[in-house]
Amino acid sequence: MSELLFGWWEYEFMRNAFFAVVLIMPLFAMLGTLVVNNGMAFFSDALGHSALTGVGVGVILGMSDYKPAMIVFALLFALIMNRIRHSRLSSTDTVIGVFSSCGVALGLVLLSRGGSFSRYQSLLIGDILSITGDEIIILAATLAAVAVLWLFCFNRFQAISISPSLSKTKGIPVRLLDNLFVVVVAAVVMLAIHWVGLLLINAMLILPAAAARHVARNTRSYLLITLIFGLFSGLLGLWFSYQNSFAATGPMIVLIAGILYFATYALRDSRQ
Amino acid sequence: MACGLHCLKIQHISVAFGDNLLIRDVNMHAHCGELTAIIGRNGSGKTTLLKAILGEVKHTGNILFSGHDDTPVKGLRIGYVPQSLQIDGGSPATVYDMLASLTSRYPVFLPRRLKTVKKLREHLAAFNAEGLLDKKLGQLSGGELQRALLAAATLPKPDLLILDEPVSGVDRAGLRIFYRILNGLKETSDMVIIMVSHDLEFVRSYADHVLLLDRGTVKTGTPDEVFGSDDFKRVFPNPPLAAEGK
Repeated sequence: MSELLFGWWEYEFMRNAFFAVVLIMPLFAMLGTLVVNNGMAFFSDALGHSALTGVGVGVILGMSDYKPAMIVFALLFALIMNRIRHSRLSSTDTVIGVFSSCGVALGLVLLSRGGSFSRYQSLLIGDILSITGDEIIILAATLAAVAVLWLFCFNRFQAISISPSLSKTKGIPVRLLDNLFVVVVAAVVMLAIHWVGLLLINAMLILPAAAARHVARNTRSYLLITLIFGLFSGLLGLWFSYQNSFAATGPMIVLIAGILYFATYALRDSRQ
Repeated sequence: MACGLHCLKIQHISVAFGDNLLIRDVNMHAHCGELTAIIGRNGSGKTTLLKAILGEVKHTGNILFSGHDDTPVKGLRIGYVPQSLQIDGGSPATVYDMLASLTSRYPVFLPRRLKTVKKLREHLAAFNAEGLLDKKLGQLSGGELQRALLAAATLPKPDLLILDEPVSGVDRAGLRIFYRILNGLKETSDMVIIMVSHDLEFVRSYADHVLLLDRGTVKTGTPDEVFGSDDFKRVFPNPPLAAEGK
């Protein structure tokens, strides 16, 4: 029995993956609650896809480590898309869709030159089992930074998501904080994309928060339940993946979070 | 008590969006301790004028908030009651979450402080809304939301209170409660109150000044002056008016 439950602890890469999940899921929970509140699910999805373009640009520029190019590109992309989101255009989702798909197409063209796209396939699905000790320290530092930011700014982020005009009259710097928020989301998404993969990173960001909304009674319980759902699906997903000859961990986590979403939906329905 | 000395002067305000002139040369003078109502048909530029006063749209002309000797008031506090909120029906945010996140730095995701809860509940009680503290914003009725928003706008007490009344969604009983609260607020506090209203009956009963707007100032004056004018009859050929006692 203990072998079944704790056998994975013998492997260093599984221990690392365990710490990664324990750090990434709370990070995503904090961001995800506000992304869902702001109706930005599609926005963050497009953001994830921009990683492909960022890497392509890095490769074109001949950079051996394309991460800086990817992050800089994503930050710019996020700020531009945020501007579009707040513009008077009636169909901002269409414009974001256009940006996102052009970005993906450009990335694919740049990366597939010479038929070598397979080298970048890990970007698509990611591999949390590949995370190293040093990377875990970076993740922990990021989590700490975002937690501090949340302590100081969460109320104002939340106020803006309820009513930007009302927030403005209370002296909240709406535009600045709104841009700060998308920059933080972009940075975290780019940091995590290697371990989670751009196909599913948005699901991991959104699903625990979306499920928690079905049962939360207020903002406090919303954050707490999102955190619990995130950790639960993360750890169970990792364990299932280990039990199933290391089937892709990210998709396993998303599947469990998806089940939580539908289960809480049914629960809410039966309550009403 | 109302001091009667502060005032808001709006001079030659025009707002254009591209080639489209939304409002042209609007002038208005609102005093503290008085309720100034802005009325007009749909698309007459009422909300645009409010947005110009709030500084949310670019405009030409002057907006001055000044004291008795015409010197501008520094650190003007604006309270604003929007028509609606940006939240969706599934949002878990409660009235407490809204009030606390707008007025306090103590994170709303941490355990609540009893002192804050007590303070907010007492504040809500003044707006006939003490029972709403733990209700979700998305589940409030139109009238309840309006009162909760008024509570948010008046914490802390503003110098200038701006209200954008929802076009629909608030029933007559809810509106009556709201106007009575507003009337009480007007009489006991020192603030300039400006309101976009769609309910002409209530405007006639409760407003001190009326601005009739049709992409520009059409008529200003007391309710009787405006409602009795030919301009009013032209803009509202069949106004739904009935006596509404205070």
